[in-house]
Formats: sequence, structure tokens, C-alpha cells
Amino acid sequence: MSAVTIPARQASGGVNVKVINRIVIYGLLALFALFYLMPLFVMLVTSFKTMDEIQNGNMLALPRAPTFDPWLKAWGETCVGLTCAGIKGYFWNSIKMVVPAVLISTMLGALNGYVLTKWRFRGATLVFGLMLFACFIPFQSVLLPMATILGSLGRFGVTLQNATGTSFGLGNPTVNLVFVHVVYGIGFTTLFFRNYYEAFPTELVKAAQVDGASFFQIFRRIMLPNSMPIFVVTVIYQFTNIWNDFLFASAYAGTGDAMPMTVALNNVVNTSTGVVEYNVNMAAAMIAALPTLLVYVLAGRYFVRGLMAGAVKG
Amino acid sequence: MSTVATSQIKLTPEHARPRASVRSRLQDALPKIVLAPSFAITIVFVYGFILWTIYLSFTNSKTFPSYVLTGSRAYQRLWGWTFDTDPPSSWYTSITNMGIFGFLYIAICLALGLFLAILLDQKIRGEGVLRPIYLYPMALSFIVTGVAWKWFLDPGLGLEQTLHQWGWTSFHFDWIKNKDFVIYTVVIAGVWQASGFIMAMFLAGLRGIDGEIMKAAQIDGATTFQLYRRIVIPLLRPIFLSAFIVLAHLAIKSYDLVVALTSGGPGGSAWLPSNFMYEYTFKRNEMAVGSASAVIMLMTIVAIIVPYLYSELREKPR
Amino acid sequence: MAFLEIDGLRKRFGQVEILKGIDVELEKGGFLVLVGPSGCGKSTLLNTIAGLETITSGEIRVDGRTINDLHPSKRDIAMVFQSYALYPNMTVAGNISFGMEMRGVPAAERQKAIDKVAKVLQIGHLLQRKPSQLSGGQRQRVAMGRELVRDPKLFLFDEPLSNLDAKLRVDMRIEIKRLHATTGTTIVYVTHDQIEAMTLATKIAVMRDGEVQQFGTPAEIYNNPSNLFVADFMGSPAMNLIPATIGTSGNALSVVLQRETREPISLPMANAPAGLSAFQGKPIIFGVRPEALTDPEGAERNASHIATADCHIEVVEPAGSDTFAVTNLGGKGVVARLRADANIQPGTNTPLAFNLTKAVFFDPATETRIR
Repeated sequence: MSAVTIPARQASGGVNVKVINRIVIYGLLALFALFYLMPLFVMLVTSFKTMDEIQNGNMLALPRAPTFDPWLKAWGETCVGLTCAGIKGYFWNSIKMVVPAVLISTMLGALNGYVLTKWRFRGATLVFGLMLFACFIPFQSVLLPMATILGSLGRFGVTLQNATGTSFGLGNPTVNLVFVHVVYGIGFTTLFFRNYYEAFPTELVKAAQVDGASFFQIFRRIMLPNSMPIFVVTVIYQFTNIWNDFLFASAYAGTGDAMPMTVALNNVVNTSTGVVEYNVNMAAAMIAALPTLLVYVLAGRYFVRGLMAGAVKG
Repeated sequence: MSTVATSQIKLTPEHARPRASVRSRLQDALPKIVLAPSFAITIVFVYGFILWTIYLSFTNSKTFPSYVLTGSRAYQRLWGWTFDTDPPSSWYTSITNMGIFGFLYIAICLALGLFLAILLDQKIRGEGVLRPIYLYPMALSFIVTGVAWKWFLDPGLGLEQTLHQWGWTSFHFDWIKNKDFVIYTVVIAGVWQASGFIMAMFLAGLRGIDGEIMKAAQIDGATTFQLYRRIVIPLLRPIFLSAFIVLAHLAIKSYDLVVALTSGGPGGSAWLPSNFMYEYTFKRNEMAVGSASAVIMLMTIVAIIVPYLYSELREKPR
Repeated sequence: MAFLEIDGLRKRFGQVEILKGIDVELEKGGFLVLVGPSGCGKSTLLNTIAGLETITSGEIRVDGRTINDLHPSKRDIAMVFQSYALYPNMTVAGNISFGMEMRGVPAAERQKAIDKVAKVLQIGHLLQRKPSQLSGGQRQRVAMGRELVRDPKLFLFDEPLSNLDAKLRVDMRIEIKRLHATTGTTIVYVTHDQIEAMTLATKIAVMRDGEVQQFGTPAEIYNNPSNLFVADFMGSPAMNLIPATIGTSGNALSVVLQRETREPISLPMANAPAGLSAFQGKPIIFGVRPEALTDPEGAERNASHIATADCHIEVVEPAGSDTFAVTNLGGKGVVARLRADANIQPGTNTPLAFNLTKAVFFDPATETRIR
């Protein structure tokens, strides 16, 4: 621990200096806490106010007569584009997209990390480097070809639909998004697991080999049971990223019933017809934020660890 | 008998190895087979698609992809529009914005992140409460928090109105509606989102510094300020590098920030290259120009990331 | 035919040759220690025996069967790792029986084997614990139990004691020796600690840079080092290796040692090795172990050939059981091992007895032994 305290020599200048120092430090920290909390606070209080109160009141004031109506309206009635059935459908869209995308990309990342650290082969570092670089590319540079491919697959899906009665998910926007998020997520998941397994004792793998365990047996019996922390980190990181994604969502499911929560929310907020219902907008935003906020409150530690793992040390 | 095995080479014929069974050969190849799909996906959908985008940027694609090469026309058009053309070039607006946003975003995040980390490292009671508060913006989509920021910065509803109500009627803050200042609101919101994360990186760095170095410096008579300037901050250099890389690539990839906060700003005045690419490709039917802008974004990232990754992944001497 | 035979084994990683033609063999029930500084290839050699690393050329045979290309689990070997490599997610019992489980041994039989091993190693009360709840010594025992239960042809140990504190290391060393004596298994053991090598082995292979420098019994290695490296590496405190020249005194050869301020010492050699005569007037390295350089009263009574010379004592280190004195000869600090009660003061000139029957000589150019 590095905690640097004010050297004694300075402190001996009097208790006052020390006390003032502490007051300044705590004051600054509190001020910044307010800065960070303010948008969430405004969102939260506004979502419980009536429109009347919003127009005549102070944005920072607590609601005088808290009402849950904006939330109900956002969930069940508000208009997304021309459809006025609330955002609930889009919330489920996001869930349906996020869960498989997170699970598939995490499993692939675990397997990749296992191979890249415990079954190293010539060129493993290059393979990893190529996968890692994919984490950093601006997705604009792949947006268009992916749209073209997804379009072709969609047309192929229609053909299949006509021929066999099922399209096997081809052309389904949710399936498309799952695919896109898996493709552009394995770089991250592989990075997480590779770094974790790099520090995982190789002797355990050797011992299991001597014990006669096969490639998959070692993975299932030795690696996986000891990977809980990195699983939590990866799942949370992927969940947050995919839930919050806007670029892919708007590019590949930007219209229609399949759009995920973020796109729907943006449509709600930017609908310019009629009176802007700020309270409903805020409630919709809160609903969109809830899953990730909940995960953050419950397991923020792991989320931060994921961010760090993605940032420090390749 | 003690035998001395010097480097005498024993010339035994290479023993013919028993032919490995199909099954055992499969076992040997298994790790590669497992890795192969992920690698193939990366090669095709990342590198293949990048090449595809580069190719498109040299065609005359408009609404639909065209595969007729027309040379660097798209690039010429991209750079040919200027502020003086009518309408003024969105591309120059975008890259000017990128410069302003990138510089301020990175500089302020680094400064603020380091400052907060140092404050939090002073044995603060309640650190466990403060840290998550500083960091939560990173966990939320900016599409969500943009709603609040938009409202907060709106002159008729947010900060300006609130201060008017509190009696400061001369206060004026309408950057979000002003095409010359809208990019600075993007900076404020961007810093709000990422600075807590940078703080966490610096804090982790501070916690990793050997406490004995600190004690030694204090015994040497360094004041707190000197201690940080001469010892701590130089030791945090690797963190500065990592934080810079993170911020630089976040800045170049920033997209929803602009959309959610400004919807592009008055006349596209808040666009970053990422917004430019999206708008030109999908809304203005200028696919080749959009691709050209994507290629330029990618090149910028390559210039920053590749040397970094190379130095991180280079085989360390054993 | 020996039980374990390694023939011309080579191992290459890209351009680097890690093992440069290893020839070693071990009788059934023997205890082979591979010893050497880190990076000498000893662990790689062990891993190739285990099958955890492939070999480039050469042959490994156990009990007459070539095992070069067999999967580790098919080699009928067991291995104890430096970190013990206990599976942290399994109980002690689970750890011990995992190998049997992988081979499809029925549960009842596994239980029987666990109980048997637990009895031998006295770990019955630990069976339901997780490795994280065990002490260092207990982990060591469980690791051995996991290997014992397989009743393998060959036991491999990869620096098993290096993670233990000094006292426990001595205890476990004795435990391993006892285990070897009672079970009669054949063991290959890797360590960088030459004391472990001396105390445990029936055969030692001293390795450096991927080559076996010397292969023999502990006594041979200790008393008859074949080159400078082995002489320096084995023994604690290390052998004194003093630059000297060969002169003549009368008909016999003599070893001339330079001193800092006084005239050189000349030690007459009554029965010098034959090869030494070629070095007349030339520099050599004179090797004498600290216990062969002592106070005249403490010198070995029945040694046939003892020479005494006055030496300037620089430092005295009483170590309890012995007293070590440091003098300067040939420009180097030279350690003498004296009786604990020897009356010796730093800064004085004191006669020291050289037991020349135990002295060895090396060619400084080739670093090989002059015989």
C-alpha cells in the first residue's frame, strides 16, 4: 500500500493545518461525487414528477407528489416511432439478444484462453495479437461489409423459409445481433481468459495429463471449476457492453419490432411529435439503465476488474 | 564407475517412431481445432471486412455497394470539400471536432483521473462508497445518460433555468444549441463518463507502488508535493501510457455520445468521424465516401494501437 | 539392462538446443538425482521422461519398453510437482483418486486405494479437506499420496521441497528417503540443491547447459569431480579452487600458491597424478575442500600426505559445530574448516594443514580434471 500521508514535519505546524487539509480533501471528493451523481439524480427525480411539476419546478428538487405513472407509461404506452406500446417489447429484445451473445462469447473466450496458454503452439502469440487487435478497431471499418453479408444471409433465409419452412434464424435481426456481438466480442473474452489462465499454474495441467485426463476433461474438471472469478468478470463486462451497444443495434436492427433497448430509447427521446414528456423519457432511460445498474451495484468490483483487464497489459 | 559425458555426439540412427494412430493425431491437433473457429471468424469478419471496406472506398458506391474501382475519387471528394464550399464540409467539421474533442477529452480525463486518485489515496474514510460513485458512468450506456445530460445542458430546462430560479438571472449557458460550442458539451459529457475509470486505473497504480520507496523519500525530507512530482508520478508512467491508449481509442470510437447528447448538433456541427461515416454511408447514400472515412479512422487507430500491442506482446526474454 | 535408460536424448526449441545428447541409466529401485543450476535443462529432461515435452531425437526406455511417443498417462509414471499441483477445486480424496477416475476405475476400488495410501502417509484425517486448508507439509504428503496410489514403475519428483521452509525441508527429505527405502520404487528427482542430491541419491547426474557434466554415485561426484564445474557446484561450503603453478622441489612436483605480502607457499606433492608433470611451470587450478584444509591438530590422522604452511587468517567464522577460517591464497579467499574449539584469531599467522591426498587439479584452459 502506498497511502501517502502528510509528513509529520508539516503536520507539526499545528493541528489546524492538518484539519484544514482534510476538510479540503473531503470537500473536493464530495463535490466530484455530486458531479458524477447529478445526471442519475436528475433522471431519477424527474421520472417520478408530473409534467406540471417539471415545467414549473426546479430540476434538482425532489418530487413533491411522487408518481409512478411515467414509469408505467414508459413501460407500456409510450411511442417508439409510430408504435405506441411502450418499451417493454424492446426490453425483452435486448434480453433475448444479450443472454446468448454473452454465453457464447464467454465460452469461446474460455476455450481460446485455455488453448492459447496451456497448449501453446508456434504462432500462438501472433494469433492472439490478431484477435486482440480486433478489440480496438473502430467498428465503422466493418459495419458496411457486415451489413451486406447479413443482408445476403437474410435473403438466403427467405429462400430457405420457402423451401423448408424454417429460415434457421437467418435474417432474424436478433440472431444477427447475437452473431455480430459474438464475432466482435471474442477478442475481449479471449483476452480476459488468456490473461487469467496465463497465471493459472501449468503444473496442474501437467499433473492432470499424467493422471490421464484428456484435453476436454482437463478443461471441464480442472480449468472451469477454478475460473469463477474470471467468468464473473467476463460475463459482466460482456453483458454491459452488449446491452449498452448502440452502433451495431442501430445499423442492423435500427427499425422495426426487433430493435434493442438502446435504439428504442433513442427513438423515444428523439420523437419530436407532440409535447415532449420528459418524465416518461427519464423513466424509459431508467428502465434501460436498470439491468446494467443493478449488475454494477451487485458486482461492480468485477466490472471494474474487467475494464482494467481490457486496459492494462495485453 | 563415474563416466564423463562430454559433448561427444552419439551417432545413433534416428529411431523410426511408431506411426501415431489417427486418434492420437486428432488428440494432438485438438487444441488447434478448438481455436480455429474463433480465429477464422476474426480473420474473415475483422481483417477480411477491413479489406472489403478499403476496397469499397476505392469504388463509386453510392446507395448500394459497387465493385467498379474508380481510384481515389472518394478520398478526393472527402478532402476536397472545404469550409468554403456550400454546404461546408462535414468532414472537416468532423476532424476538427475530433482534434478538439480528442485533445481535451484525453487531457482532462488524465488530469482529473490522477487528481481524484491522489485524493482518494489519502487514507479516505468512505473510499468504498466514493469509488463506485466515480465509476458508475462507465457501466451505463450513453444513450441513457445522454437523456439526462441533454436535459441538464438545455438552456430552457436545465442548469441555466435552475440558476435563474435561484436568482442568478444573468447566467447564460447555451453551448448545446451553439454550433461553435456544441463540441465542448460533448467533451464535458465524455469526461464525466470516462474520468472515473481513469481514476481507478491510477488508483490501482498508486496502490502498486512499493510503500518503502515512499518512506525512504519522506525520510529524505521530500514534501508531499515533491513526493508526488518527483517519485510517484514518474513511477506511474506505464499507467499514463495505458490510460492514454484507452482514452485515445475510446475517443476515436465515440459515436453514441454525440448522437444521444446532440443528435449531431445544429447542422452536424457536433459530428465526429464516426458519426460522419454512419451518416454518409447509411443516410446520405455516399457509401464510398463513408468507407473512405472509416479507413481513415482505422488508420489512426492502427497508428496508436499496433506499436502498443507489439511492445506488450513481444516475447519477453526468458 | 538397466531399468531406466536414456540414450542420446536431444531436445530443441526452435534454434536453441536445450538438451544436447543425454546418456543416463538407472537400476531398478535406484534413486537418480538430476542436479544443476537453473536453466541447465534438468527440469526439461524430467518433463521428457514424463512425456510432458516431446524430444527431438534419442530414446527413453523404462523396463525395456521404449516410451518416447507415449502419452504421459500411458507411461506408467507418477510425478510430484514443485508446487504440488493439487487440484484446488477437489478434496484430498478427489485429488488422490482423479487419475483412477480418468482411467475408469470403479468407485469402490478407488476408495480402497485411497484408504490404503492415506494409511501409509497418515493423511486419513485430511481426506475431505480442500488443498487450501492444508499446511505445506500436508500438501507435500498429499501430492506424494496422489502418485503413490498409482503404484507406478517410475516416480518423478520436480524440485518437490523448494517451496518448504528450511526445517520442514529437512523433515520431508527424510520422509522421501524413508518412502524410497520402504517401497523400493525407482525415483528420478530434480533439484538445484546439492545437499538434497548428496543425501538422497544413489546416482547423481550433474548438469549444465543441457549436458551431463558427470554421472556417478554421490561419493564419486564429491571426491572425484571430473571438471571444475562439478567441483565448484557440489559441496557446501564449496571446494576452494585456487590458481596455482606447478614447480619442482627435489625430484617431486610441488604446488606453488601465491600469497599477498609474503613469499609463495610451496607444497611438495609426493604422489601427484601422472598428468600433472606436463604442467611444470604452468598455471593450474588447485582444488581442496575446506575439510581437507584444517588446523594441524585436527588433520586426518591416517592421511598419508599432509603438508603444513603458515597462513594469514583474515576472517574467523565460528559456526558452532565447526569454525571456518578465511585466508588468502593465489589471490582468492580460501576457506579452511577447523575444529569448533580451535584457538584461532583473525589477523594472525597460523599454520594450516593441507590434506594433499584429497587435493584435485584442473587445467584452467579446458577446466577438466588433471589425472
